[in-house]
Amino acid sequence: MTVTFRTLAGASLLVALMGSASAQTTITVATVNNGDMIRMQRLTPAFNALHPDIKVNWVTLEENVLRQRVTTDIASKGGQYDVLTIGNYEVPIWAKQGWLMPLENLGADYDQADLLPQVAQGLTVDGKLHAVPFYAESSMLMYRTDLLAKAGLKMPENPDWDFIADAAAKMTDKSAGIYGICLRGKAGWGENMAFLTSMNNSMGGAWFNMEWKPEFNGAEWKKTLDTYLKLMKEYGPPGSSSNGFNENLALFQTGKCGMWIDATVAASFISDPKESQVADKVGFAPSPVRKGGSNHGNWLWSWNLAIPATTSKAEAAKTFVAWATSPAYTKLVAEKEGIANVPPGTRTSLYKNPDYLKVAPFAEMTLKEIESANTQKPSDQPVPYTGGQFVAIPEFQAIGTAVGQQFSAALAGTSTADQALAAAQALTTREMTRAGYPKK
Amino acid sequence: MAREASKGHKAAVTVLAWGVALLIFFPILWTFLTSFKTEGEAINSHPSFLFFDWTLENYETVNQRSDYLAHFWNSVVISVGSTVLGLIIAVPAAWSMAFVPGKRTKDILMWMLSTKMLPAVGVLVPIYLLARDAGLLDTKTGLVIVLTMVNLPIIVWMLYTYFKEIPGEILEAARMDGATLSSEILYVLTPMAVPGIASTLLLNVILAWNESFWTLNLTAASAAPLTAFIASYSSPEGLFYAKLSAASTMAIAPIMILGWFSQKQLVRGLTFGAVK
Repeated sequence: MTVTFRTLAGASLLVALMGSASAQTTITVATVNNGDMIRMQRLTPAFNALHPDIKVNWVTLEENVLRQRVTTDIASKGGQYDVLTIGNYEVPIWAKQGWLMPLENLGADYDQADLLPQVAQGLTVDGKLHAVPFYAESSMLMYRTDLLAKAGLKMPENPDWDFIADAAAKMTDKSAGIYGICLRGKAGWGENMAFLTSMNNSMGGAWFNMEWKPEFNGAEWKKTLDTYLKLMKEYGPPGSSSNGFNENLALFQTGKCGMWIDATVAASFISDPKESQVADKVGFAPSPVRKGGSNHGNWLWSWNLAIPATTSKAEAAKTFVAWATSPAYTKLVAEKEGIANVPPGTRTSLYKNPDYLKVAPFAEMTLKEIESANTQKPSDQPVPYTGGQFVAIPEFQAIGTAVGQQFSAALAGTSTADQALAAAQALTTREMTRAGYPKK
Repeated sequence: MAREASKGHKAAVTVLAWGVALLIFFPILWTFLTSFKTEGEAINSHPSFLFFDWTLENYETVNQRSDYLAHFWNSVVISVGSTVLGLIIAVPAAWSMAFVPGKRTKDILMWMLSTKMLPAVGVLVPIYLLARDAGLLDTKTGLVIVLTMVNLPIIVWMLYTYFKEIPGEILEAARMDGATLSSEILYVLTPMAVPGIASTLLLNVILAWNESFWTLNLTAASAAPLTAFIASYSSPEGLFYAKLSAASTMAIAPIMILGWFSQKQLVRGLTFGAVK
């Protein structure tokens, strides 16, 4: 009996051990739909070759759907995802809630020091990285070199808003369907407000003063909105109050825009001859400053991989996150898909790679813009928040979108600049009071 | 003269009907056409209607990137499952309200309908937590249950209006002949109500197929239906219009075909009871 029992026990232990040795951990990665992420998805077999014991399930969603989806899941500890793709807006807020695992010891060849400091800084809470950057962008001015030359102008090293207005006026030729400037008009905290908040920072303005009182009744917002409306109404394309990134991209690529201020990632699209009719006629310059000012207000956005504190597969998730953001991944993309397709904006080494600089004429300006973005001190005034094109507080999504609707209405002509500013001031004051600001 | 006028009138109505139909159908047609364009062509500010280089590359890309059949199967299970489960609950409920109405039947009907007036997002968190605790997140079972709840008021209302049309005397006669309750429902009521039940079934399959709030919010990788498949091709930053159109076309094709073959029942179902 005892012998039989022992044999049985031994056999079942062996089976259990074998089982655990060959067990595959399945991790679910939630990510956004953009070119770089799709490429990562396509390269998953390379990860599987290195780690056959980890199976990766992908959930790809449009970014606003994804944001709602993962926020619900993480706030209610649903635990459906093991790796999340989130923006640098969410990282500090979620990390402070204790929703994200700190990321340490990502491996000997991870080379954490190589991460661009401005980008890594936005993901660091209490001295620890809570997410790692997969891709980052800033904003810059993209313009048509041929139209600028025709207008008899030369792009200064640091263009100011007066120059932009002048150039927009001279480049505009509505009979030929050419508009001097294309800017975002579609309402949303990540749409028109990303641009307008940046522009307002460059004008010396801010969202809130040190007492968390909104500043829409100040001179800077007035100047920002007036300049923006004048540019768009006189030199912008028709129907611009519904234009977002994609619409402006389409306009620029088909030769309808003289200038466009938007995400640096656009540079690779407009200089790709396969997609753009003006690929050989584009130039890049920093985001404009106010006359005599030095704050470009250019934004910083990164898509990052983070691990929710609720996951039960932290080790496998960390292995994946480290792989996808490592120098080895950069090399893999360069080999398989060409170096121009390496996710930009995260590693210093990429911008020192002569092969990359050769295929990416916009690389230098992209790096300059990312490095000059100041997320810790976005405004020239002292402010109680960090951010850039956003204010890093949980309430900003709702408030930013509501204010964006007011400004979009002013652009569409259904209200005036003053009405829009007054409405923005009132609604922001109300929402901030309701949320309990100023917080002790 | 009168005949001529009515002819003119008829022609005008026909033109108007075609106009409205084309207007409603146009976005679908445009999606279909866009799915055969290149991304560059898709965003062209001077779009061409038919004369462009037709390409199948979007369908190729979509098929390479996602598992269409898995999403399709999830959609089938969820929409059919929730409709059938809904019917099983709703047939007896509608029967009792139509043939043995109580003092509060009207109120109950109104109350059921009123649950549809609450925005779904208002109950997202409670339902999410319940699903989490029951282990039903990202499962087809979870979605079948939720969508049954969501569509139940519509199913009950539709069946109720059908059953109301059936004269109670016929059921009474059956009862006089000694029919039990179950044989009354099975052999007398159901055969007469088949067209109504069929159109309810069809309409609810379509509603469940197109439902995107719950199907997106309660799924991740394994139970995601075609709505999640579409959502994975939309992007505010990057060119995905043609691929998105291809994904949309693939997602709506099965339900369009089903709708085409059953349009008679659908129209009957939607207008039944409207004209007495």
